[in-house]
Amino acid sequence: MSFQRLWVIFKARNREYFRDRAAFGWNFLFPFLLIAGFGLIFGGKELSEYKVGVFPLATHSPAGENLRIAAAFGETRYLQFVPIASLEEGLTKLNRHKIDFLVKNDPASRDYWVNDASPKGYIIERLFNDSLRASAGLPAPGRKNAIQGARIRYIDWLFPGILGMNMMFSALWGVGYVVVRYRKNGVLKRLKATPLTALEYLGAQLLSRVFLLMFSLVVVWVGCDLIFHFQVAGRYLDLLLTFLVGGLSLTAVGVLMASRGVSEEFTSGVLNFITWPMMFLSEVWFSLEGAPRWVWGLAQVFPLTHLISAVRKIMNDGADLMAVRLELAVMLAISAVCLALGARLFSWNR
Amino acid sequence: MLLEVSELVKRYRDLVAVDRVAFAIEGGTCFGLLGPNGAGKTTTIEMIEGIIAPSAGEIRYKGAPRGAAFREEIGIQFQQTGLLAFLTVFETLQTLQGLYRRRRDLAALVAQCGLGDIRDQMNDKISGGQRQRLLLALALANDPELLFLDEPSTGLDPQARRNLWDIIGEIKAQGKTIILTTHYMEEAQALCDQVAIMDRGRIIARGTPLGLIRQHCEGITIVLPEDGFNGPVEAVADHFHRVNGNIEIQTTDTHGCLRRLMAGGVDITGLTVRSPNLEDVFLNLTGRKLRA
Repeated sequence: MSFQRLWVIFKARNREYFRDRAAFGWNFLFPFLLIAGFGLIFGGKELSEYKVGVFPLATHSPAGENLRIAAAFGETRYLQFVPIASLEEGLTKLNRHKIDFLVKNDPASRDYWVNDASPKGYIIERLFNDSLRASAGLPAPGRKNAIQGARIRYIDWLFPGILGMNMMFSALWGVGYVVVRYRKNGVLKRLKATPLTALEYLGAQLLSRVFLLMFSLVVVWVGCDLIFHFQVAGRYLDLLLTFLVGGLSLTAVGVLMASRGVSEEFTSGVLNFITWPMMFLSEVWFSLEGAPRWVWGLAQVFPLTHLISAVRKIMNDGADLMAVRLELAVMLAISAVCLALGARLFSWNR
Repeated sequence: MLLEVSELVKRYRDLVAVDRVAFAIEGGTCFGLLGPNGAGKTTTIEMIEGIIAPSAGEIRYKGAPRGAAFREEIGIQFQQTGLLAFLTVFETLQTLQGLYRRRRDLAALVAQCGLGDIRDQMNDKISGGQRQRLLLALALANDPELLFLDEPSTGLDPQARRNLWDIIGEIKAQGKTIILTTHYMEEAQALCDQVAIMDRGRIIARGTPLGLIRQHCEGITIVLPEDGFNGPVEAVADHFHRVNGNIEIQTTDTHGCLRRLMAGGVDITGLTVRSPNLEDVFLNLTGRKLRA
């Protein structure tokens, strides 16, 4: 193992990354735009999950204007009231799941329309009937209890997921795709003719990518924090170390993906096949609580699941490295297995 | 001998790409593998370089199997190769040189290969001729003892090709050992001390360029447009080949041949006469042109 040769390839790869202005800029812009977009959408307000059509109302009128439905129902949170011109139009939209529920714009009306195939429609139906009962002065049968502790904003919960997802894309495509392209256009063949070994080459790719991941992580974090003022309950150093281990494991998966193949199209397919389930099952966007056991089990295979879990524990719950040792251990194990397999399977040639 | 190759075979399933190739190369000489596209030249030298594994056979470098030092001591210019992206010409040289313990002064190398004007240009923004010179410089960056040049002048215009030959001539004059593959007979004749002619994976002739020409060709070659013949060519010539719309007649009796042509009513407008070359050697051995 020659560190001189490793350093030469590390430097060349970093130069390529920093000089490819378009890809370089996008690496920062993508997560920033996602975070900014979510910040803009929520804007401190709550997300409307359910759409209730109200007719007859001029469709171009602003939501809420001329709305005359039962007050108890109209004040329900998370409902978005959509103006609909006629019953006929409303039924079409209901059928096509464009709205979840349809009511008359009349406070005295008890009529409603719902698509029995719509789970959201079923929930709103219950809400509608409960609100009518409340209007009739019937007491609520349940008793509400407040939760303890500081409330975590959705953006604080989401941020680690988006950072992790960005790392995943950058690691897998930045190594997997690039190395396959180099194999296809003969760069690897040229390097094979030198004293460079596969281990030195893959080691340089790994270190370069982890360095670039951490660099972009810090830049994106600082940029987003200036706008959103994230709440970090744990230590920044613990966060950094966790991201480092996470970046290592994701890049190791990229190294494994890069070990064979010369078809960029095929590699794109394989990378999509891995990244999409990883993105949806690693709790980037939503929690897997209540998901079938096998889905939860599948998610544990992905390093991104453990990275996001550990980062959220540190950032949201104030956990330290000891508290996330299991996640760190799994990520390190994934790194070791993928690197060993990648080095063993690696081919310079077509 | 610096390099000895014996009974080298490369099979791809049912296809035998290289079939029991054997030769030996003395240090300080230029050895050419000449043959048409698909003859097995590139496969042969890539097995020697260690890029692909042979199916059978033995390769000995300095009297022993190739060891770890082999890669330090060889330089390769591939026929087709990619370069690391977003690097200048000079950075490309620095990067590749950084992978070796043996190094050559880069400023001298840049000057020798005529890269001075483009040293700070990105390596994907240079012309075909400049790229070939860069690839040659990369092959020389570690001051190799054994240099492999695989079709070094393919795709170059005649002037760029001559320039490249001059550079290769200088390298040869420095005492380097060169293995060159080409399908340009002029290139092999201009640069090689020894040549082996390959066809369909096998070496069909070996020797010095001049020796091969003397051994396989006699006299001179008369070239005439085929449409100048108003009857069967066999009636007026014994030893001929049809090449790209021309009839090429090899003869030791120039006057007799010309008399016979004129007596046969052949239109000799456009007649040319030339000395035989390696192309004729290949033609005589296989009945086909090198560059069909």
